[in-house]
Amino acid sequence: MGDPLLALDDLAVHFKVGSTLGGGVHTLKAVDGVTLDVKPGECLGLVGESGCGKSTLALAIMGLVPPTRGHINLDGRDLMQRERLETARTVQMVFQDPYASLNPRQTVRRTLADPLRIHGVSDKAEVEARVVDMMAKVGLRPEHADRYPHEFSGGQRQRIGIARALILKPKLVICDEPVSALDVSIRAQIINLLLELKDELGLAYIMISHDLGVVEHVSDRVAVMYLGRIVEQGGWQEIFENPRHPYTRALIAAIPDPFHRAAVSARAKAKGEIPSALNPPPGCHFHPRCPLKADICVAQAPPLEAVAAGHRAACHFRDRRD
Amino acid sequence: MSTDPLLEVDGLRIALTSGGTTYNAAEDVSFEIGRGEAFGLVGESGCGKSITALAVMGLLKRPLSLAGGRIVLDGEEIQKASPARMRELRGSRIGMIFQEPMTALNPLSPVGRQIAEMFVLHQKAGWSEAMDRAEEALRQVRVPSPARRIKDYPHQLSGGMRQRVMIAIALACSPELLIADEPTTALDVTVQAEIIDLMAELCAAKGTAILMISHDLGLVANMCRRVAVMYAGRIVEAQPAEAIFATPQHPYTQGLVNSLPRLGERSRRGQQKLREIAGVVPSIQAYPSGCRFNPRCPRATEVCLTTPPAITPLPAANSAEALVRCHHHG
Amino acid sequence: MTLMTLKLAPKLRGGTSLWIGGGLVALAVFVAVAAPLIARTDPVMDANLMNAEIPPGWEFPFGTDAQGRDIYSRIVYGARISLTVGVGSQILNSLIGVSLGLTAGYWGGWWDDIVTGLTNLMLAIPSLIFALAIMAILGPGLTSLLAALGLTAWSYSCRIARAQVLSLKSQGYIQAARILGYGDLRIMFTQVLPNILGPLIVIATLGMGTAILSEAALSFLGLGIRPPFPSWGSMLSEARDQINTVPWLSIFPGVAIFLTVLGLNLLGDGLRDILDPQSTTRR
Repeated sequence: MGDPLLALDDLAVHFKVGSTLGGGVHTLKAVDGVTLDVKPGECLGLVGESGCGKSTLALAIMGLVPPTRGHINLDGRDLMQRERLETARTVQMVFQDPYASLNPRQTVRRTLADPLRIHGVSDKAEVEARVVDMMAKVGLRPEHADRYPHEFSGGQRQRIGIARALILKPKLVICDEPVSALDVSIRAQIINLLLELKDELGLAYIMISHDLGVVEHVSDRVAVMYLGRIVEQGGWQEIFENPRHPYTRALIAAIPDPFHRAAVSARAKAKGEIPSALNPPPGCHFHPRCPLKADICVAQAPPLEAVAAGHRAACHFRDRRD
Repeated sequence: MSTDPLLEVDGLRIALTSGGTTYNAAEDVSFEIGRGEAFGLVGESGCGKSITALAVMGLLKRPLSLAGGRIVLDGEEIQKASPARMRELRGSRIGMIFQEPMTALNPLSPVGRQIAEMFVLHQKAGWSEAMDRAEEALRQVRVPSPARRIKDYPHQLSGGMRQRVMIAIALACSPELLIADEPTTALDVTVQAEIIDLMAELCAAKGTAILMISHDLGLVANMCRRVAVMYAGRIVEAQPAEAIFATPQHPYTQGLVNSLPRLGERSRRGQQKLREIAGVVPSIQAYPSGCRFNPRCPRATEVCLTTPPAITPLPAANSAEALVRCHHHG
Repeated sequence: MTLMTLKLAPKLRGGTSLWIGGGLVALAVFVAVAAPLIARTDPVMDANLMNAEIPPGWEFPFGTDAQGRDIYSRIVYGARISLTVGVGSQILNSLIGVSLGLTAGYWGGWWDDIVTGLTNLMLAIPSLIFALAIMAILGPGLTSLLAALGLTAWSYSCRIARAQVLSLKSQGYIQAARILGYGDLRIMFTQVLPNILGPLIVIATLGMGTAILSEAALSFLGLGIRPPFPSWGSMLSEARDQINTVPWLSIFPGVAIFLTVLGLNLLGDGLRDILDPQSTTRR
């Protein structure tokens, strides 16, 4: 089965912000021409900092935000032509904040059982069986079913969130910073859980994270976003050991590295601040902060082109091995 | 240590009074920071690291209070100092920067003025001289176009810029100690790196010691000379930075070091299951007896449940202090 | 229902407000419901001019009015009217206000603009004057009173509901519900509404108090409940010229209004404390 589960084709999501009276209407190009795909059972790591558009991309893939341009193809069909309920059974999401992502007035049982009922599972015994089964899979005990979110720790709440995302047996799960809001000592538990479930249930993931260590650990392929565009894309090992875009190198260089294991020297760090997504720099968006900046970078946005098999970078100097 | 330490914290105990009961939010906290030294305090949320910093600054508010121990700044005991004395010290001898600059800066005052205030209050400068020095301070923290920026309000600046302003304010009067509490946690990764480098550089230039507080062991180990790890209100390990990552002695530190995926590990060893630390961080009201880490510790035995471990000094390569609090360390 | 389950936390929050308020309201409800049993006479028919304006005493605990009717019995029956007006108009208010506010906040767009405009309009018009105008058209009586008060005072609950929805919309679980395939109405009623009930209940109980006071005012002005039917407001109205000479005609209805409205306010406070899920958290 070689067909991708998810295929994005030149996807753009633009928002109009501001008002005609108050300083004019501007276009926020949150996602500005993204082409990528995710194969069944694969984990795509999506890396980027604020303003890169990864959250908007996730919302677009979920069908919560309409694309301005381009296509989203989910499991063979265009997303816009699918039924809402059907899409819900195909792609789901795990949220970042375990404290805000659960309805405080619903028990665990109800949080997990309601979606089943909405999707037509009417047999009470079956609903109960699936709820108990999913709870066990994420490491919750049966007696937890009748408790409310505030009775659980952050890690447990995230487990509930994962159970909720998987109860409808989706094929693709978007994990939006699933461990950033958790205590450091329990992150490993959740990462291990996500990987186990991926193998056990044959899931594909889009793992959105700013933590490169996590991304390197879990991803099969990695895509790096900056101000709405994909700047580099490739297999995890290629990206981390042979990064070809200065921004990717800057991200890796920015990580504190007590053991000096990174493939990138400290000289690759980026300068300055991330520009506002409302007014990105012309040409290559990264040029104001790039150590390799040249005139062509201001004049022309570099296309995302191959550096090696399966490895693409959007940089005029992509062939430099610096 | 051949010279006297700049800051000595000895047996600090911080109490939390809630609903009629008093808990120890932090106890037996002891460490020293030498002049110009970068010292890191690492731990997860609720471990007591932030309140330790507040205690040093004299900023504990109800329901927290200082219940015991000594804090000695350059030979002067300050744990019982008057509020007036603490106000003098803060800003002129101890500077502090926080995690969320938006709440630490006055939203109604231009940033230049907030920096200038430091000179006016602590060094009795006139306003016009202070504003000039504020502009210079902004230049030092590498804010572009400082002459224009001094008139900006905090909300007009990005997160990284605001943090630079905070650093400028904290270091304005060249304090001897800078306390930084999670200064980069709210910032993007690439900006974090710049801010940390900036802090390290400025403090080295001014000879300012740093007390760096963070949950990120890697960050702290990279920046500081010595690192102490806190768990559930107690210091459980303290070692030179290189050693704490290479040879952690306390099971909690070992758990932290081993549980987080590090760059380069997967190429070396394949995608191994991360080694988890079981259980959850205990809440203050429910600290386990004996060693507080015992419910989660793979080496826990009978004695760990009943007796809190004492501090064991460790032999260290240099004369820097190294210690661990564990019955089964190593 | 989940709300009630949450309420059964071992330590009942809300404390004194809840008990005192609840007690007063329960008393008022009891009086209203049990009126035929506890009143001593028929409040309208038993008028004996021989007994006119007798001060409070053994036979007539609250005295009698100008027509010789027992004030105590009239107060008791008056509770029925006041509570009906209070509860009835507030139910109507809440239904209108919450539906409009909930949908406006959730859907946004042009519907939100319409509702916000309408709300602003309603808030700009003094509600009592508006109610007066409606009463003038519909004529006096209980049903017109319910309609007038119910249709004019929904702006507060609308505003609050809308504000609550807006602040809640960005919460992860609302997004999660959409992703899971929940329909808009289901989300509004099962996910959003239970989480915004706290402030709405407080507004509703306060609104009941205000409605009772409005009824009193309207009846006082002669537009609400007309004599001889006993509403606390119309009793006050009849007594207004004789506050100095026959004080018991005004004191008892006044106190009745005061205690009931106070009870509703305190009850609202207490309920709000209980319904806040955070108050049962112990992290």
